[in-house]
Amino acid sequence: MTTDDRLYTLIAELTYLCPLRCVYCSNPTNLAAHPDRLSTADWLRVFKQAADLGALQLNLSGGEPLLRRDLEELVAGASALDFYSNLITSGQPLERERLVRLKEAGLSSVQVSIQDSLPAESDRIAGRNSFAQKLEVARWVKELDLPLTLNVVLHRQNLDRIAEIIALAEHLNVDRLELANTQYLAWALENRGALLPSRAQLDSAREIAKAAKERLKGKMEVLFVLPDYYSDRPKACMSGWGKRYLLVTPDGLALPCHLAHTLPGLQFDNVQQRSLEDIWQHSAAFAAFRGEAWMPEPCKSCDRREIDFGGCRCQAFHLTGDAAVTDPACGLSPKHALIIEARAAAQQPPLIPLGLRYREIRR
Amino acid sequence: MSSEALSLELRPKLAAKTKLRLDPKSNKYILLYPEKGLLLNPTGAAILKHCDGEQTLAAIIAALAVEFQSDSEVLRPEVLTFVQGLLDRGLLQAAP
Repeated sequence: MTTDDRLYTLIAELTYLCPLRCVYCSNPTNLAAHPDRLSTADWLRVFKQAADLGALQLNLSGGEPLLRRDLEELVAGASALDFYSNLITSGQPLERERLVRLKEAGLSSVQVSIQDSLPAESDRIAGRNSFAQKLEVARWVKELDLPLTLNVVLHRQNLDRIAEIIALAEHLNVDRLELANTQYLAWALENRGALLPSRAQLDSAREIAKAAKERLKGKMEVLFVLPDYYSDRPKACMSGWGKRYLLVTPDGLALPCHLAHTLPGLQFDNVQQRSLEDIWQHSAAFAAFRGEAWMPEPCKSCDRREIDFGGCRCQAFHLTGDAAVTDPACGLSPKHALIIEARAAAQQPPLIPLGLRYREIRR
Repeated sequence: MSSEALSLELRPKLAAKTKLRLDPKSNKYILLYPEKGLLLNPTGAAILKHCDGEQTLAAIIAALAVEFQSDSEVLRPEVLTFVQGLLDRGLLQAAP
């Protein structure tokens, strides 16, 4: 650990269960290997330990966190620790009264996702009829005076409707609109051929998002996250490995990111066996990619190594088979051709429409 | 909008999505909002503590001048720039 490593955000993935089957879900593809194993008391202990480490933000996520019947209790616990708590949800299953209870328990804000501005398309990508309920929940959130973020994951099948998506966000009076291009990992990597947009689509969408950001300044925060497949330099994944974020999975693994448990050779500790402080400060897995000692060339001598930290370890592994190489999204990576090839294929629509693989729990 | 355009009669108020609290690790105030936080210097923290939707900018500047034993004329540009920046980011709102 360096003195600069400071936990700010705990991501509590309360369950991997979810009523939706989104084709770009960021949960690992071996969902069945990580069942819900933490009790209410376990989670409350984890929250306390995270707060003691300095965490100020708590993302209650999943899967679908509403499936935890003790969510009100968890929110109340977070509130007692003065967390800024953010419920990251598909909005189902939820009734207005439960949202009232969550607000009363001290919830700070709500993030609802939609998959498209067109109801049928949103439902198709989510793999379930869900759009109408999502809009209903978004309205409840505003009625109850809770801050609302609308999250929309972007890809080649909805990018051309970005103006309509922004209009819908305005109509819902959301406080924050997160236009997040798909990260091609986990389920999204399996569906990359069908989801990766063309450069023309992205350029056009980026201009529309930029204009909206300026026009809505002070009223709605508009975020447009460029996909790393088109950015030539990798993203600063999680602001650096084990630097600002700690994620706990439904079965209790403490991780530096959403998919670290898919990397081979790293032993991640369980919060049922070890305290968060001990894990954060002393675990070998958290130390593995901290700082610069692990870095290969071209990262090691790169003047951006403290900006992007070599990119995403999971992307490096899932594209090259080695988690300890430069993220191939970087134009300087010796493996960058992997990205160039995927990008080249995305410039034309596929000759035959590609099927989508929906998220599912395989036992 | 430049800071000169801000009316001193404006009554700024922290946006509903924010939470102002002390960060025990740095002993500084931090303004939290979804997924992010803005670590504040002592002046920034003092300004925001007055942003309750009741006090006008003029009143806030006068109060800060007392708190910091400084001159309103000196403080004004710094306060206006800071408030404008947070208004633009939707972290402060003008109370009706």
